[in-house]
Amino acid sequence: MDNAVNLQVKIKGETLTELPQDLYIPPDALEVYLETFEGPLDLLLYLIRKHNLDILDIPMANLTVQYMAYVDKMTAVKLELAAEYLLMSAMLIEIKSRMLLPKPEEIAEEDDPRAELVRRLMEYEAIKLAAQRLDAMPKVGEEIDVAAAYYQHITQVKPPEVGLDDLVEAWRNVLKRAKLNQHHKLGRAELSVREHMSLLLRRLSAVQVLRFDELFDLETEGIPKLVVNFLAMLELAKEGLVRITQQEAFGTIYVQANSST
Amino acid sequence: MREPDNIEEMKRILEAALLTSPQPLALDDLLKLFAGRMERATLRMLLDELKTDWTERTLELVQVASGYRFQAKAEYSEYLSRLNPERQPKYSRAVMETLAIIAYRQPVTRGDIEQIRGVAVNPNVIRQLQERDWIDVVGQREVPGRPSLYATTKHFLDDLNLRSLAELPPFEAFAQTEIPLD
Repeated sequence: MDNAVNLQVKIKGETLTELPQDLYIPPDALEVYLETFEGPLDLLLYLIRKHNLDILDIPMANLTVQYMAYVDKMTAVKLELAAEYLLMSAMLIEIKSRMLLPKPEEIAEEDDPRAELVRRLMEYEAIKLAAQRLDAMPKVGEEIDVAAAYYQHITQVKPPEVGLDDLVEAWRNVLKRAKLNQHHKLGRAELSVREHMSLLLRRLSAVQVLRFDELFDLETEGIPKLVVNFLAMLELAKEGLVRITQQEAFGTIYVQANSST
Repeated sequence: MREPDNIEEMKRILEAALLTSPQPLALDDLLKLFAGRMERATLRMLLDELKTDWTERTLELVQVASGYRFQAKAEYSEYLSRLNPERQPKYSRAVMETLAIIAYRQPVTRGDIEQIRGVAVNPNVIRQLQERDWIDVVGQREVPGRPSLYATTKHFLDDLNLRSLAELPPFEAFAQTEIPLD
């Protein structure tokens, strides 16, 4: 940055020996503006318009110095500095350095190194103004009130069409559900697992050990009862009241009361 | 159901439909009112007459992008706003600038927006505009990453009282200085 200040600054052919006074913004005033910029282009535009710089003939050294002062200030107040600001610093310095380099004759017609920056600044400025204009336009919900008289909407109700197939399908569903309901009739109320746990324990206290198959009387007991009996045994095992043992795979399973040990 | 047989009756039907509709009604919607026995040209003429009939009243019939609607004349908005003292929060500059870029340069990708504004686009900004139904995705640019292309919606035009994008203030009006071609 210091290098930039020491450069010989020319504005429209006139050599500038010191920074114009109106380019100086007191550091304290900076903080007010810091967060209001929408990015580096916005900041550059602000600097250009504030100091009445000619956007088509931007004094790059001045602008760069001003810009860097802002960026430094932003860093100083620990504002989260977007990478775009740093990229712009590099771009400004690059443009300035390209302007300083003597141009060989054959490419003297080369575009002004500032041209792209100027194009972007002007495009951004136009968008900025367009945005302000859009913002100022009357909008529904703000300045525009749309008429909406109350009206109880009644939609014409069409009776649904029903065919024979629909009827058959419906009847099938009824039957299917009826079957499901039958299973549900075997409620807990009829067969209590707890009750069978007690029964089983009582039997075990009498005989100490029962073979697994002795637990189930396939002849007289219905399937629901067998299931409840099985559940009761599992429940007893879970609560540590019985021990279930098997000597070998697929061998006989014995059930015995735990209290006997 | 009886069908209207004179112009006054037809206009009253249009009026009732337009006054009770929360959204603008397009010509095609309005044609449905007459069970297909209406020419578009006749309908336009009726709407024109209806518009004239209301000139002395507090509401005006306007045409926006999605169709026709009645709205309070601008001179009453100041009073009407007192009924809803909660001001709608203003959109941030980032939101409005993004909207302006999409409106004037559409269809654009997020990259295009970043190029013009010189800063990264906050996803929140796009989301706010999409939630308002002012912009939507109209396709993808066929480049690596297939970025979404954003455009403004009819609803955006409706909300700004516009019939088409051509009614936006011309972009050239915002260019401060002529860019010299050299």
